[in-house]
Amino acid sequence: MVKKLKKIEGNQFLLLITIVLFLVMYAIGCIIFQDKGFTKFQVFLNLFISNAGLIVIATSMTMVLITGGIDISVGSVVALTCMLLAWMMEIKGMGAVPALITVLLIGVLFGLVQGYLVAYMKIQPFIVTLAGMFFARGMTAVISTDMISIKNETFLAWAQAKMYLPFGGYTNKKGIIIYPYIYPSVLIALFVLVLVFIMLKYTKFGRSIYAIGGNEQSALLMGLNVRRTKLKVYILDGLLAFFGGFLFCLNTCSGFVEQAKGFEMEAIAASVIGGTLLTGGVGNVFGSLFGVLIKGTIETFINFQGTLSSWWTKITIAALLAFFIILQSIFAKAKEKKK
Amino acid sequence: MNKLIKLTKYRLFLPITCLLLVLLINVIKTPTFFNITINNGVLYGYIIDVINRGSELVVFAVGMTIVVAASAGTDISVGAVSALAGAVCCYVLSGGEQSTDFYHAPYIVGVLAAILTGMVCGAWNGFLVAKLKIQPMVATLILFTAGRGMAQLITDGQMIYLRVEHFKMLGASIPGVPLPTPVFVAIIVVIITMLLLKKTALGLYIESVGVNAKAARLLGLNSTMIQFLTYTFCGIMSGIAGLIITSRVYSIDANNAGLNLELDAILAVALGGNSLGGGKFSLIGSVIGAYTIQALTTTLYAMSISADQIPVYKAIVVVIIVTLQSPEFARMRKNITAKFSNKQNMKEAA
Repeated sequence: MVKKLKKIEGNQFLLLITIVLFLVMYAIGCIIFQDKGFTKFQVFLNLFISNAGLIVIATSMTMVLITGGIDISVGSVVALTCMLLAWMMEIKGMGAVPALITVLLIGVLFGLVQGYLVAYMKIQPFIVTLAGMFFARGMTAVISTDMISIKNETFLAWAQAKMYLPFGGYTNKKGIIIYPYIYPSVLIALFVLVLVFIMLKYTKFGRSIYAIGGNEQSALLMGLNVRRTKLKVYILDGLLAFFGGFLFCLNTCSGFVEQAKGFEMEAIAASVIGGTLLTGGVGNVFGSLFGVLIKGTIETFINFQGTLSSWWTKITIAALLAFFIILQSIFAKAKEKKK
Repeated sequence: MNKLIKLTKYRLFLPITCLLLVLLINVIKTPTFFNITINNGVLYGYIIDVINRGSELVVFAVGMTIVVAASAGTDISVGAVSALAGAVCCYVLSGGEQSTDFYHAPYIVGVLAAILTGMVCGAWNGFLVAKLKIQPMVATLILFTAGRGMAQLITDGQMIYLRVEHFKMLGASIPGVPLPTPVFVAIIVVIITMLLLKKTALGLYIESVGVNAKAARLLGLNSTMIQFLTYTFCGIMSGIAGLIITSRVYSIDANNAGLNLELDAILAVALGGNSLGGGKFSLIGSVIGAYTIQALTTTLYAMSISADQIPVYKAIVVVIIVTLQSPEFARMRKNITAKFSNKQNMKEAA
């Protein structure tokens, strides 16, 4: 038992804290907001429904963070994706499928440019993606400064396809059993999460991502192609960021300039809270999922409470991020001392 | 030819060339660019506007230059911190009312409150970066998002108006003085910083910490303290800039005050010929860089490009400049020129 406990140290310990924190927060919510229906299974599912896009983006953020890089352009990219989709379908009259494919291609291109600058030009990832962040937000305004609502039937059908679960229902006042539901976007997001998990854990590409993040010099000496791997990571990240934007758009069904402001922070916070080290080399996408769920729980709290301003979500997330970063730093120092 | 190459090696070559380029474009597009008129004893004109509007950016750029030099990272929270400082200042002076035409507290208290807010935010960033060794950009990302949120809480999500003539002076002009006040603030900030850096060994310390923090520590410098101080200083600068920004519109709008200025400040530093990798720095370069950015912004506005769209152009400029500065690019250029001269040599030999 003691041996086992000793094994759970450092990074796994951080993940454990996260999971416990989520459970405690949810339990507190269940107690405080019991009369308002917090205990319903649907409320739990809503955490996934309203954060499907964030799950995908946090997953790709985790991947980038593992290489020791960062991508702060994702928030603007989400806004750009929504705007592009809305603009192509409503103004240009394109179908939903071609619009989606175009957006994903743009994502690959976006990732390619950022990846080239980071991997081959050796510019700090932060500067590159900071420029990417302003570029994407600005392009959103170039396309349209007004809000565009999506009325494309195919797209709305995707967005509103409720999938009822066969269990966990409750009987309402009229005696009809209401089953909880999810949207396809949730399943897709979780599918992406599992795919990336398998890729990181079991493929050569995934293992080299960890190797590069752990120590770039050693990875290079081991004969790994550091540059190409990094480029591939950023391309995949661009693709996933735009895809996450698409899932986000399924929730909002509109495009406007101010959309998804501060989204990059939420994604980074989710990853860090989930045990990903900002210095690279360590991280787990399932931890990020819990990070997203914690963020969702905070949001649900504020919704149920009703009087608090929505700014509190951002401030709480920032405080949590600060807390976990400080924890990481303390762990890192303790490790160094051991050596 | 050799002289020309020597000239390009000069530190301030890049910023001055860029400034001249932007000015040249302006002169071609608007021939009245350099005209200056006097209206009610105050100077008016495009050039004056650039110098005036560029003041906040100069203040930001001074703080950013030192942070970049000491820690090889940028402080991206400056815009949000300036909004927060402005909000605190307005809140103190208005006594919590939404619109007021007299001070509820002495003016100096408001000013000190703003500067103190900036200092505390800077110290927090400095603590995370210097003491806990967190990457500067991630550490400052916390305030980048939370800063505006806190400002919103202070102002209760509303705009606070301070309709006091005296309050407008810092952002507009003092009666009898032909130049706008922000220009003087910028000049004073630059001079004080210069004196601090050049008359004491502080400038040298910052450079050595930026080049190699570990080596500097072994030499007996307190690297942690120096990095901490640079971030605190940057916070104070954000506070001062926040004062100018709020005074210009005699109100605080937490959503828009200092928006996108962090990119401008980083751009100014990079344009000033400073490496974003830390180490040696030139304050004057950054100041020239800041005015160049402002001239660019004014030009883009004159071409009736909306404020939302301007970041696109600036992002492209940032990428180009940083790419030109990167050692990797220099290596590539060397390789190409080497290949070229090799070919020529072979031709001559043949």
